[in-house]
Order: sequence, then structure tokens, then C-alpha cells
Amino acid sequence: MKNTFKRFIERFVEGILFLSGTITTITVLLIVVFLFREGSGLFNNSTMEKGFVLAINKSNPVSKLSSYEIKEIFDGKITSWKQVGGKDQPIQLFHVEDITNYYTEEQIGANFENLPKLLSNVVDSIPNIVAFVPEMYVDKSFKGRVLPEKKLTLKEFFFGREWFPTSQPAAQFGAFSLITGTLWVSLWAILISLPLGLSVAIYMAEIANPKVRNFLKPVIELLAGIPSVVYGFFGLIVIVPTIQRLFDLPVGETALAGSLILAIMALPTIITISEDAIRTTPRAMKEASLALGATHWQTIYKVVLPYSSSGIAAAAILGIGRAIGETMAVLMVTGNAAIIPSSLLEPVRTIPATIAAEMGEAPQGGVHFEALFALGAILFIMTLIINIVVDFISNKKKISKR
Amino acid sequence: MKAVNIRLLLTALPLFAAAAALGNTIKVKGSDTTLPLTQMVAEAFNKQKGVTPVAVTGGGSGVGISALVEGTTDIAMSSRPLKFHEKVKFQANKLVVKEVVIAKDALSVIVHPSNKVGKLTRQQLEDIFTGKITNWKEVGGADARIIVYTRETSSGTYEFFKEHVMNKKNFARTALSMSATGSIIQSISQTKGAIGYVGLAYVNKHVKPLAVSYDSKNYVEPTLSNAQSGKYPITRPLFYFFDTKNEAKLKPFISYILSAKGQAIVKKDGYIPVK
Repeated sequence: MKNTFKRFIERFVEGILFLSGTITTITVLLIVVFLFREGSGLFNNSTMEKGFVLAINKSNPVSKLSSYEIKEIFDGKITSWKQVGGKDQPIQLFHVEDITNYYTEEQIGANFENLPKLLSNVVDSIPNIVAFVPEMYVDKSFKGRVLPEKKLTLKEFFFGREWFPTSQPAAQFGAFSLITGTLWVSLWAILISLPLGLSVAIYMAEIANPKVRNFLKPVIELLAGIPSVVYGFFGLIVIVPTIQRLFDLPVGETALAGSLILAIMALPTIITISEDAIRTTPRAMKEASLALGATHWQTIYKVVLPYSSSGIAAAAILGIGRAIGETMAVLMVTGNAAIIPSSLLEPVRTIPATIAAEMGEAPQGGVHFEALFALGAILFIMTLIINIVVDFISNKKKISKR
Repeated sequence: MKAVNIRLLLTALPLFAAAAALGNTIKVKGSDTTLPLTQMVAEAFNKQKGVTPVAVTGGGSGVGISALVEGTTDIAMSSRPLKFHEKVKFQANKLVVKEVVIAKDALSVIVHPSNKVGKLTRQQLEDIFTGKITNWKEVGGADARIIVYTRETSSGTYEFFKEHVMNKKNFARTALSMSATGSIIQSISQTKGAIGYVGLAYVNKHVKPLAVSYDSKNYVEPTLSNAQSGKYPITRPLFYFFDTKNEAKLKPFISYILSAKGQAIVKKDGYIPVK
């Protein structure tokens, strides 16, 4: 009787563990699905503010304008219709507020009753006009031509160079500089922190005096617990001016500052996990190697490290994950300029910093909101690819050792 | 058993009280420019007896207005007027929004204290911030690169500066975006060639404000008296937006800030009183 009861309890506990595993997996999958679904909605929307259209005079031969051209026109960088395939005329910009330059407030009406007719008149009377007006004031008798809405294309999103998500009439969602910025900062953070972290782990596990190790380990684990805002503050006050002085730069907020901070943040993780993995090498293996005449270093290099390679790979993955996804610290020290980095000494803008800075104000369900989710999806894919690569490398090592 | 029960109840009581109180606070959220001012007014207001306490958070004008649309805040502080799509959103959610001007703010253009340049025209400011002018020597300063600092796109300060000083043109791609006014002050105070813009109340001795001219003839310093008299051109109203359904609950706080006591705090904090 007692046995069946025990068996039942065991089965029950097994069931609970299975259930919790399933729930966790399903939750993670749902989050990923939600991320991609919101992000993909981006490509069904135009980048113009909802409820607004762009209108030109009927005599204008131009039939469509790309998002980039619209932005350049309203920024004053494209000044003649000839540059976008029209006649050789200067472009005249018109926003709906400018209607008061042409008509008085009484003519417009207290509730803007006459606005549709007046807008129509203005657009009709100026042949080189481009007007950015609310759709609700464009009625059937509108005498101008409304330019067709252009949806955001995949190419524009992935290879566009400019990130101006709130610019009207044409918001620019070019994620290329963000993607390269993220990869650049993370690459250097990993290059700095992985070798350094591994070296410290080997030192602490194999070479250090036990007293030194017992002192260092809790200190390093303490470092892992410091909030990232504190690191960001430290970076802004200490690291940025130091870089500015050291390299004689006009400004210290650079990718280098971001990489250094990320490396400092990833180090404790990499060190503690690698060190634990290295320490689990069985003494028998180490002693066998030493008995065969190998030196301590040869033992470390040829026996200990390959044995703990899966633990070191785990440490690397976690460290890389921290380096790529870290938001607050990077937001405060890299300068957040959306340019493609050509050297370490220029400011960059990373994806997590962009999401953190802009998520609060993006209207829910709008194109900016969906663009941020698309960025999150890109970040997820980047981390996934790197994790798969690290896993693959460590597996290859294990297989080749057999 | 009984002792444990009583102890549990006693520990739970303050929690209930806190929860009840929290449910009955006036939540104010939004612009970082109005944040220090609102915090000081809220402190003075909360000291009074029998009033609903006020809780204030920042995040940017865009964040505050989004929160008002979603109903997670009672008052949205903003340093810019409502955008068209925000008005449409309020209509769609059946919210009737009222706006109150609680103070005026002057936007000050600041540079590093060692910068020789002391005044700029609006056109020069536009060219610097859009990236057309890249070296200080083009505006009468030393031969050094101009480092442009701006706020993030969620900031009302950003929107106001873009619309009024830059005539709606976009910032240079190489402009460094900082997410808080404090970061801009910190960065400009440690970068010799930097230029940026902050609310007048944040200017301290670590940065140098510039005189601005809109007609290339009269240069006006950003001081309190110039802003109050209207001579300083980069001035903007600071708003509180709220749902008229909550007007009764919010009336004590709003009338406090518009009263003589509230406006005195406005003036002490470096903003311009409305009356």
C-alpha cells in the first residue's frame, strides 16, 4: 500500500515538472510569436502619419514619390521638381497650418467648415505645390491629385540608412545603421571580455592561491549584481571623459565607451560560469596528465579546457547575450547617433537603446510601434544565430576530441 | 494561533491602507521639462491637510500623452501641444481632453563655458542642428568640430525645437541623442565643441547659454525677465492635459498650481508664471 502511494506521489511530481516545463516552453514560444507578428505588421503600413495625405497640383507629371524623396523635399534638400522627375520648377511646401497665409480665420470658418474647399483652391492655384494635409479635409471635389500611399518595403527597412521615426510627412525607418551599430559594439565587447574572462577563470581555478580565490570569487559575483544604470552612470562620468582625453576626440561618447561598459558587464558572468566549469574537471584526469609528464600549463591547455568546453560555451553564450541585449548602460554612453560606424571612435545607436528610448511614446498599434517590434525580432534572430554558432563550435570541439 | 492571526492582521492593515491611498492618488506623468516644477508644487500641495496626494513621474511628453490615452495617468504634463493623431486617438477612445497652461518655459541653447561664441541667429542655429554648418569657425568661433546634442524623439522639447527653431527640418544624422535633460547638461559640460538645448530651469554654471536673434539684429539673452516680457523668442507654454471626466478630482491640484502660491513656485523654479 505504501509502495503504490509512493509511486503515485512520484508520478504526480513528475507530472508537475513536465507541466511546468511545457508551460515555460509555450510561454517563450508565445512571446516569440507575438514579437514576430507585431513586427511583420510593419510592412502593411505606410510611413505617413495616419489620417494625412500628400497632394500635388493636377498639372504635375510626377505620379509617385519615395519615402526618402518626401523627407528630402520637406527637409529642403531637394528643391526642384526636376530632381524627382517633374518639370523644372522650385518645390513649394505646404502644411495645413499654412492655410492662414492665404485665407483669414473667418473665411476658414470656426469649425473649419470651409477648409476642404479652400485647401482645394490653394492646391489648384499653385502648380509647383506639394501639400501635406489631413485626409478628412480632402473631399470629393478636391481639385488636386493625391499621391498614392506607399507601404514600407523590406528593403527600405533593412537597408535604409536613416532612422527618423517621428518625422512627418515621411518617417524614415532605416534599420541598417542600427543593426550595424549593435553588431559593432557587441563584437568589440565580446572580443574584449571573452579572452579576459577566460583568463581570469583559468587563473582563479587553476593557478591562484586558495586564499586569493576565496577573496576574488565573492567580489566578482558581487559585480554581477550591480544594476546596469549604475554602470551607465559610471561610464558617462568616468569612461567617456577619459576616452575623450586619451584619444583627443571632440566627443567621448563613442562605440568604444559602449564596448568597454558592455565588456565590464559581461565579465562577471563569463568568469563565474567558466570558473565553475573548469573546477569540475575530475582530479583523476588532471593527475593522469601530470603523471604522464605534462607540465601544469600543458595540462590546462590540453586536458582541462577541452573537458570544460561545454561550460565555457555556456558562459560565452550568456556573456554574449548580456553584451548584445544590454540597454541602459549603452543608452547612456554611446551617444545614440544613427550612423554606420566606421571606427570605434564614433558614436553609434544600438537596437536595445532605440527600443528603450522610443517605446514609451510610440502610439500603440502605430507604424512606429510595429517598427520597434520588428527591431526586437531582428535582435532575437541575431542572438539566436550567435548562440547556434557558439553551440556548433563547442560541439565540433567535443566531437573532434573523441 | 490567535496571536499569529492578530499579528497577520496588523501587518496587513498598513498594506491595505497603502493600497487604498495609492488607489486614491492623483497621477501626473509626462514631460521632463515640467517634472522638477511639478514635483515642487506637488510637495507643497501634499503638505496641506485633507488633499488627495499627488504622485509625479517623468518620461517625456509623448510618454505622458500616451499614458493619458490608455488611462494609466490622470494628468499628462506636456511641453508641446497635442499632435493631430493624438487628438484623433482621444476622440476614438471617447475622451474629452482639456488643456491648461500652467507655466511658460524658455528654451535655452547652451554650449561649453569655454566656447568663444556668445550669440547666434535662428538661421545659424537651424544650419548647425541640421548639419549644414559643421565647424565653429563658420560662426565666429575656434576651429573645432561642432558636436550637436539633441533629445530623443519622445521629448516635447525636441518637438518644440524642431518645429520652431528648425522650421520642421530633421536633425543631422550625426547628432547625439540623449534621453534626458540631465545627460545633455552633463555631456555638454565635459565636451568643448558641444551645443545643445535645454529648458531654462536646467541651465547651471557648468554650461553657457547663448543669446539668440530671430531677425539678425537684436540678440536676446535667455533670462527670466526677457522670457516674461516676451522679448526672448524661443518661449513655449507648458501644458497639463486631463480628461474632463476627472475634473472634480483634479481641480484642487490644478487650481493650486494656478494660484498665487503655485505660480510663486513656478517663478522660483526658473519658469515663467502664466499671470
